[in-house]
Amino acid sequence: MNKKNGFRLFVSALAFSGLLLTAACTKNTEQSNNTKEEKQAEAPPATPIDPATVATVKGSVKFDGAAPKPSKIDMSQDPACKGSNESENVVVSGGDLANVFVYVKDGLGNRAFDVPKDAVVLDQSGCKYHPHVLGVMAGQTVQIKNDDQTTHNIHPTPKDNREWNESQPPSSPAIEKNFAREEVMLPVKCNQHPWMKMYVSVVKSPFYAVTDKSGKYEIKGLPPGDYTIAFVHEKLGEQDQKVTVAPKETKTVDQSFKAAVE
Amino acid sequence: MFKSGLGRSERPATLKGEDSRLRLSKEHVLKAIPATYNRAHHTFAVFVACATFVVITAGALVTSNDAGLSVPDWPTSFGYLVKVPHFVGGVRYEWSHRMVAGTLVSLTLAIAIWTLLVEKRRWLRWLAVGAFWTVIAQAILGGLTVLFFQPPAVSTAHATVAQTFFCIAVAIALFTGRKWVEEQPQVEFDHRRPSLMTLTWLSIFVLYVQLILGGMFRHHGMSWWPHVLNAVIVSFVLSWTAIRAISVYSNVDAVRRPAIIMLSLLIAQLCLGFTAFLTRVAWGTSAVQPELPMVAATVAHVAVGALLLATTVVLAIQVWRHVPVAFAERVPQARQDVSAA
Repeated sequence: MNKKNGFRLFVSALAFSGLLLTAACTKNTEQSNNTKEEKQAEAPPATPIDPATVATVKGSVKFDGAAPKPSKIDMSQDPACKGSNESENVVVSGGDLANVFVYVKDGLGNRAFDVPKDAVVLDQSGCKYHPHVLGVMAGQTVQIKNDDQTTHNIHPTPKDNREWNESQPPSSPAIEKNFAREEVMLPVKCNQHPWMKMYVSVVKSPFYAVTDKSGKYEIKGLPPGDYTIAFVHEKLGEQDQKVTVAPKETKTVDQSFKAAVE
Repeated sequence: MFKSGLGRSERPATLKGEDSRLRLSKEHVLKAIPATYNRAHHTFAVFVACATFVVITAGALVTSNDAGLSVPDWPTSFGYLVKVPHFVGGVRYEWSHRMVAGTLVSLTLAIAIWTLLVEKRRWLRWLAVGAFWTVIAQAILGGLTVLFFQPPAVSTAHATVAQTFFCIAVAIALFTGRKWVEEQPQVEFDHRRPSLMTLTWLSIFVLYVQLILGGMFRHHGMSWWPHVLNAVIVSFVLSWTAIRAISVYSNVDAVRRPAIIMLSLLIAQLCLGFTAFLTRVAWGTSAVQPELPMVAATVAHVAVGALLLATTVVLAIQVWRHVPVAFAERVPQARQDVSAA
């Protein structure tokens, strides 16, 4: 090998080592970023609500027409996954539609609310997320658990919040995160088990609910006033209703969704 | 006699007069660097090209199975460089892709060093060094796509540089081959316009555009229709190129063969593209997970796409070597006019 080639080789090897080092440092920085809690903006003091006048909005959400058959999930790629093998895209039972996120979209004005100190729990069990749709206030802690004997990675893909991706081996401590900004139906997925998907709805007020298997929901403690109630489904979209609630009133607001045109 | 390992500028055959042809020929024989065929080196270059194809296919499997972020860290995998993780789900694809890609970096370093040691053609030595830096750039792009959660532009760049590297690896294998080194090229001048050379360059250009559009669609940065629309343009340009090469230069083996392969791959690629569209776009939008037909169709579409681009590059190289463009001789008017003498 002549001198020129030797020099070229030396420079190449040197630069390659430098790149590897840079890449390794990048990884360390990223890890330390991931472990940090998302910084919350300084919250204004909560606007007082008179508990003697608060109202309740409740109701049920129906699915019009023939319910779609749930898709089958093939979990064979991971023997540790022994959950139910049906998808939860559209869960209908006797015309009742589950997993609809219901929240007060408009009418609360500039009211501020205390962020609950209790964490909401998102569990991974049977290689599925429980619940499938989760409501949380902006800044509230979400505690993510792994009850499976396999590694999951939790990867929210938000539009308005910070994206992150962390893996969680079996029997590891819960991951605690929060979302700083309002974002309804923020998808969360696991790239190790591609069927695993759920939605987190981040809102500014505590006035939200998710319909249960019987399609029912209830929003308590609402100050009297005029509101827009939004019903949001991951596949069927959003529907809004205007509603006026008087002091101490319990108002029933039902909603129905039709099958989405594919 | 000069060796065919020479560059085109060193080739003596031109359209100029007999005297100048002889003079040029002599000069270039004196300047010629005798390239020698090294069987082991060439075999290794072919192996590197094949390994690149494996890495591209492994990468296609990662994207098709939506497993790109199943290993959240980089350059380590779950904190380790080579420790085998729990080999299930998306980790199987992503980790395997990383390992074969890491092996390819080592293979490329080896071919670059070997080329520097044994190769006398300076441009080929530079190409081998360029291949090494391309694979490094590709690895960094792969890392960035993980660390920044697959931004469409970065993931598309990763896909595009992968195929560029494949073309470089195939070119090195071609340039180190016995035919290229030892055989005297069979030269036929191209008088048609646009020239076959222009058509092959145009083919490479439209294939690159198609690669970028396909990558952007695959990585959710763009709708499917620009990729499908450009497929029509790609089909037209590549068919034109292949038909010109096959019909006019059928006697030049080095041109006819890649042209036939290119046309065959184009047909296969169109069929695979249609299948991928049906399985992924038309039928698969509400699928809860990647299903076997959509994974098989898209992986095959990516793999055949890489072969098609590499074949087109080989055709362009062979056309450059065997079918140079003929220019009309520009002799000053005074010299053309005999009465002026």
